Amino acid sequence: MLSWFDTNLVSILNGFAIGSLLFILAVGLSIVFGMMDVLNLAHGALYLVGAYFGYQFAGDTSSWLGFGTALGTAALVGVLAGGVLSSMTEPLARRPHLDQALLTLGVALVVAELLAIFYGNDVLRVRPPPGLNGSMQVFGNTYPTYRLALIGIGVLIAVAVFVVVERTTVGALVRASVADREMVATLGVDNRLVKLAVLGVGSGLAALAGVLGGPIYGAGPGLDERVLILALVVVVIGGLGSIKGAFVGALLIGQVESLGRALVPDLASFVLFGALALVLIVRPRGLFGAPKAAV
Amino acid sequence: MTAAPSALELRSVSRHFGALRAVDEVDLTLPAGARHALIGPNGAGKSTLFRLITGTLRVTAGAVWLGEQDITGQREFRRARLGISQTLQHSSLFLPLTVEQNAMLAAQQWRGTPWSLLPRRQPAARERVAELLGSVGLGARAAVTAGALSHGERRQLEIALALACEPRLLLLDEPAAGMAGAERERLVELIRALPSSVTVLIVEHDLDVVFQLASAITVLHLGRVLLTGSPSDVRASAAVREAYLGTANREELFVGEA
Amino acid sequence: MKQRAGLLVGAVVLVALALVPLFVAPYETGIMSRILIFALLAVSLDLLVGITGLPSLGHAAYFGIGAYTAGWLSLNVSAEAPVPLLAATAAGAVAAAATGWLAVRSTGVFFLMLTLAIGELIFQVAQQWESVTGGSNGLFGIPAVRIAGSPLTLAGFVYWYVLAGFLVGYAGLRVVSASPFGAVLRGIRDNEPRMRSLGYSPFRYKYAAFVLAGAVAGLAGGLLAAQARLVTTADLGFTTAALALLAVVIGGAGTLWGACLGAALVVLVRDALGPRLDGHGPLVLGLVFIATVYLLPRGFAGLAALRLRRRPA
Repeated sequence: MLSWFDTNLVSILNGFAIGSLLFILAVGLSIVFGMMDVLNLAHGALYLVGAYFGYQFAGDTSSWLGFGTALGTAALVGVLAGGVLSSMTEPLARRPHLDQALLTLGVALVVAELLAIFYGNDVLRVRPPPGLNGSMQVFGNTYPTYRLALIGIGVLIAVAVFVVVERTTVGALVRASVADREMVATLGVDNRLVKLAVLGVGSGLAALAGVLGGPIYGAGPGLDERVLILALVVVVIGGLGSIKGAFVGALLIGQVESLGRALVPDLASFVLFGALALVLIVRPRGLFGAPKAAV
Repeated sequence: MTAAPSALELRSVSRHFGALRAVDEVDLTLPAGARHALIGPNGAGKSTLFRLITGTLRVTAGAVWLGEQDITGQREFRRARLGISQTLQHSSLFLPLTVEQNAMLAAQQWRGTPWSLLPRRQPAARERVAELLGSVGLGARAAVTAGALSHGERRQLEIALALACEPRLLLLDEPAAGMAGAERERLVELIRALPSSVTVLIVEHDLDVVFQLASAITVLHLGRVLLTGSPSDVRASAAVREAYLGTANREELFVGEA
Repeated sequence: MKQRAGLLVGAVVLVALALVPLFVAPYETGIMSRILIFALLAVSLDLLVGITGLPSLGHAAYFGIGAYTAGWLSLNVSAEAPVPLLAATAAGAVAAAATGWLAVRSTGVFFLMLTLAIGELIFQVAQQWESVTGGSNGLFGIPAVRIAGSPLTLAGFVYWYVLAGFLVGYAGLRVVSASPFGAVLRGIRDNEPRMRSLGYSPFRYKYAAFVLAGAVAGLAGGLLAAQARLVTTADLGFTTAALALLAVVIGGAGTLWGACLGAALVVLVRDALGPRLDGHGPLVLGLVFIATVYLLPRGFAGLAALRLRRRPA
């Protein structure tokens, strides 16, 4: 048993690192969907924006200043982008939810194209900051330090999000909106502001994830699709609108992507999408999502 | 008494939502051709019971029988095929389609070939549609988009759709809602004119309509059957009055309005 | 009256399409072929999106499967028409049948996500199954289609082959759309719960529509293999699926001919104008798409419908 863990430790740790990244990416997507039934298909493109920011400031040299700048600017741009998305989808609020999803799809395509025009079609490298660009010994295995740091960051952000959502008034508003949007509106709270805030923060986190994921995945075309799909799987399996769900889902999917691909490379995709299909059919609201009121 | 199977039989039907007993051990028997009304104050469980019969909701306990058949486990569309037809409180139509197209969708299931991948005329279904639209008073409006109909006309179309399904059991959920005067009269006439091969169950708040149409009434309260009886039984019952008003003031409940 | 005008327009368009190779240079004829192929894909998607109300973001999968099937068959067995085309159509249908029974159980945005995931899964399978698909290199060197033994190499002949395939697929879908089955699909799109209460099993009809759409997408894929003689994983990827959805929405979901217009726009902007725009075609398309979602919820076909409806009810 112990030897199995030893052989696969690297994969398992990778799984946690990927899981951390996925959590930061998926939590915004989950809350927005749970709250507004709006599927933000531009979420992957936001990750890509962050990744390119990472390249811009930390691509050539490894420095804390560069990496820090990337983090800061990406987060800022992400929040702004989320705000813009929120106002863009507002005129469509009375139309079927699908129209809003289509709009975000259009935005995703435009953003991805702009990035490809600006940065070209190659996959660009992002360097982790100094001190984190080496490796450490973990239970006798050599493991990149940066990924360990990523796991730590993921946990920190998870705790922070949890505290905000569960312990603050703003968080209570968000939870209430997920549970019953109309009810919150009757309390005199403007739904649009809540949506703006959530889309803003969620998008900021997505861009942040892009920077954080840069040293592992780089920045290049096609990354946005790949990342969007993984985030969707996490959100659906974990449960729409649930932070706990996003966390558990991210950890699960992280392991499937890492350990799964290492052990059964041909079946890993099937497991992933099979799980997605199963959840969508048997329990569409996901493992921890709020049950939908019977119509 | 002949041993003819009743059109509808509910045996100790219950529906729970967690700890909430929306419908609690309801027994109900409708003989064939009955004109039965289901009334009760708000929250009594009428809508839930309605949906348990149509199959939109599954029962938590108990059995639903349609004639000689136990349909408890049957899904909604199967029950529709067996002859249960419904109209809903809020008209549920195909708004982008014309009146005729709406009715054709209903009629072609029974007299046409809905699964045909090739265009077909479906004359039997079209004939039936023309007949039905005429009887509900929409004959002249066949080419109008359903979305453009008035509220009353939409209710008429609802009924046409329900009748196009050749029902054995017709369930009407507040058919008179939002109707007044002439429209309501026409509705009552329409339901009165239905053949005795059709059993009718109406959920209604409008007691005028209820007393005009129903030969038997079931009163629901808090998910349970309070009373099943003739209109006069119900009128005389103190328990019913209390359920509605919390007092025993008979005038407020039964003495008429315009 | 409206019908007669429609038939006349259709006849004119048909004649014009048939005459293309006689008046247009080979390169442009090739673009026309690609328009027809993409149009057929878009029309098959419109059956799902516009007529049945099932928004699929994974429809390119069946297109790609059809293309790979036709390509593989042409390379290894026979390029004699109509074998590759029939096989492609069948492959599309089988793949749709295998995945559809799962996909069709969800609706709306959930269906969108599920089809997206299925499409991604099939994309990954195609990338890994190198022995059959050539992996990321693709299936190249596909021999030209043969008719009675002689290969079709001239752009004009290939175009007529594609046109024939397109017409068969398009006509088939038009017929289905006008049938009672098509009416049921529209009913499901407009009010599924009501259809259930009328005695229809929405699942069966949606599943049938899904398989039919997959079959026609497979047919389009078979035409791609014959025309481009190269199939890559991009052909069943997310971008193709998204562009197909774009074409349907821009053209106007539900009319079938609208999807053809949208497809023409997409291919023209991407392939014809693309080089002139420095390859930034998708950017323009994305912007047009956004504009359409805002301003023309029924697409360009919706504009035409508006004008035709100015008659007293």
